[in-house]
Amino acid sequence: MNTVVAGITYRALLGRRRIILLLLLPLGLIALAVLLRFFGGNDQPTAVGLMQSFAIGTMLPLLGLIAGTGVIAPEIDDGTIIHLMSKPISRPVIALTKFVVAVTLLAVFAALPTYVAAWLLVGNEDRIAAGFAAGSLAAGIAYAAVFLLLGVVTRHAVTIGIIYALVWESLVGNLLAGARTYSIQRWGQSIADQISTSAFFEADVSLSFAVPALLIVTVAAVLWAGHRLRAFSLTGDE
Amino acid sequence: MKVELSQVSRWYGNVVAVNDVTMTIGPGVTGLLGPNGAGKSTLLHMMAGFLAPSSGTVALDGAPVWKNHRIYRNIGLVPEKEGVYGFLTGWQFVLSAARLHGLGNPEEAARKALATVEMEEPKDRRVETYSKGMRQRVKVAAALVHDPAVLLLDEPFNGMDPRQRLHLMDLIRAMGTAGKTILFSSHILEEVERVAQHIEVLVAGRHAASGNFREIRRLMTDRPHLFMIRSSDDRRLAAALVRDPSTGGITLRPDGLEVQATEFRRFAKLLPQVARDEGVRLHQVSPADEDLESVFSYLINRSGS
Repeated sequence: MNTVVAGITYRALLGRRRIILLLLLPLGLIALAVLLRFFGGNDQPTAVGLMQSFAIGTMLPLLGLIAGTGVIAPEIDDGTIIHLMSKPISRPVIALTKFVVAVTLLAVFAALPTYVAAWLLVGNEDRIAAGFAAGSLAAGIAYAAVFLLLGVVTRHAVTIGIIYALVWESLVGNLLAGARTYSIQRWGQSIADQISTSAFFEADVSLSFAVPALLIVTVAAVLWAGHRLRAFSLTGDE
Repeated sequence: MKVELSQVSRWYGNVVAVNDVTMTIGPGVTGLLGPNGAGKSTLLHMMAGFLAPSSGTVALDGAPVWKNHRIYRNIGLVPEKEGVYGFLTGWQFVLSAARLHGLGNPEEAARKALATVEMEEPKDRRVETYSKGMRQRVKVAAALVHDPAVLLLDEPFNGMDPRQRLHLMDLIRAMGTAGKTILFSSHILEEVERVAQHIEVLVAGRHAASGNFREIRRLMTDRPHLFMIRSSDDRRLAAALVRDPSTGGITLRPDGLEVQATEFRRFAKLLPQVARDEGVRLHQVSPADEDLESVFSYLINRSGS
């Protein structure tokens, strides 16, 4: 971890208009929860549905994409990353720092609002709120790593990320049971299911698969991103 | 400290950007001169550890540059691309560089570096409000903050106004005199002449010439020149000029004469004499090939043969 790198990254992501992008979805989630509660939807099936389809199913992958690619891709695009990389700091440390920044952003803008939204509907009943917040954080960590890697290896990180999150995880995942096994958000739901005791919620992927999968994907993606940064090349000016 | 390039080539697919370059950059100021697209940036990126050579080696005092972040203790890099965080103030930007270097007293180092480039007054404004020249100077300050032994600058004078340009030239000269190893790239001969003690010429990816500015200047003047001449009597002037051996060839065109002069100095004396003797008025004499590309293509043909 390097605090100067982290400080610059936070400022780039939270400064000015960028923060609106990060705030929009969580505010929407909490607004939905308030509306549902107002219209008497404060029961467990509604809460679980909102968590599964919106909090973890839509908001988390999108925020993961914004935070994960946002901590590094814009800097690579405009060349400012050279300021960090022309210093005696190992490149894997830069990658790790960017990853940690993305994770903290996801904890604040995804996991925390997830807890608040579930709590607004069902309080602490059957640990639904705690479960989904933990699941959101676990999946958020993996998303941060994967999208950070995407931001390092390709200039089309956002496009590829959206295709992965919306087409593979949401569309294909809803149609084919097999695809669900290889979906970060489903792994997050396994964690949520483990903590929550609600009868209205059952995860598709077993915990014994989800936990190692999350760990392996996260560690491999961060290591690979660091490795790729070591070989970062400036090209195409001439 | 020395930057040593040994048989360095870099290609992209079928395109060769840098072709078998061997050179050593030692203390003092070296100008890397060449037309746009000659591979100057590519070469500089390889020296700065931001590009792997396709073949050959780049070393800093014997240590490989590629994939070695420790070299940045001794290297300061001023890239051509903007590369400055617009949302930081000049002060924050240079201070962040000092902190990234892990300097003992980053505030003092940042203050000193900003003073060196005369950017103390606007240092608390955000970089995005700066002019191109000011950004350039802040980049130089950030590259100098750890007092590196080697400084690499990619087209540092681009976008600077004349006063800023002179100031940066003075600064570079002073650092060269102080024994630092400084390399800057440029496509403008005059710029390089005024600052560099030593010049390396790169043309079409090849190391075309090397020497001090007098040697390079001579190489560039003692070459065949092409002139466009308009006069009161083109045909008469052509007939008179062609008698002298310094005239290599003449083409009569509707808009004037195209004269190939094989010896520049002799021809420069000959032309006004002949015009006076023949009673021909010269309306216009303009070099038709003074652009750097043709000067350089002459150099590369010469070094190739």
